[in-house]
Amino acid sequence: MRIETRKVGGVTVLDISGRITIGEESTTLRKAVRDLLETGERKILLNLGDVSYVDSSGIGELVSAFTTVRNQGGRLKLLQLTKKLRELLAITKLLTVFEAFDDEDKAVASFSE
Amino acid sequence: MKNGEIEISFSSELEYLDLIQNVSESVTQTLGFDEDTRYWIGMSVRESVTNAIQHGNKLDAEKKVGVSFRVARDRLVILIRDEGEGFEESEIPNPLEPENVLKPSGRGIFYVRTFMDEVSFRRLPEGGTEVKMEKKLSRRTQDKNNQGGDHEN
Repeated sequence: MRIETRKVGGVTVLDISGRITIGEESTTLRKAVRDLLETGERKILLNLGDVSYVDSSGIGELVSAFTTVRNQGGRLKLLQLTKKLRELLAITKLLTVFEAFDDEDKAVASFSE
Repeated sequence: MKNGEIEISFSSELEYLDLIQNVSESVTQTLGFDEDTRYWIGMSVRESVTNAIQHGNKLDAEKKVGVSFRVARDRLVILIRDEGEGFEESEIPNPLEPENVLKPSGRGIFYVRTFMDEVSFRRLPEGGTEVKMEKKLSRRTQDKNNQGGDHEN
């Protein structure tokens, strides 16, 4: 997994590529989110458009990231879900939990609402 | 594949997950499953093997995981065996219950049950657990594999 970080209108966007699967690859995301929280970032958008594969552990990491950010008073949202990832989230009722967007501008703007 | 069976045995190390998923992809492609179905079967195999390595054999590399693929009548049958102490199926929490939705784990078996047609577990007499997963072959797949008549192994 590779993560690149950028700032757009007060929102930290994590561009994630590769796989989010059990083991080393999923802990990379955990560390990235923790580092952001430590530096005071509270508006986090995970861009998953280039994620090629997610297993149940990866879904768990997305949930962990969401609850960790929320528990620190922040918000974490998702951008550009692949069809397969959307299905995995939907059947485990997680699309009712996560806010997910296809358009980055709309996603960024939603943090100001 | 119509008369054959593929069996693989490997030590309980997560690095084998990609290999076994690739085998699943090859087998299901050979059998003519469409791309989406191949993807979900591959994920089910990966999740079940992860459970066997992590929860069954508790990452003990001395313990083996066995995976087999075969065709029986109108379906693909996949068996996954570990050498662990087993678990009570009734104790697997439902990830859709409100108190579980935001838990970081506990979705693997649920996904497997969702994507496969039948899933069952049994304790093996020699110890360990066997997961049996079945996926019905599509009509196109059956036609491709039944030239020469039905066969059950």
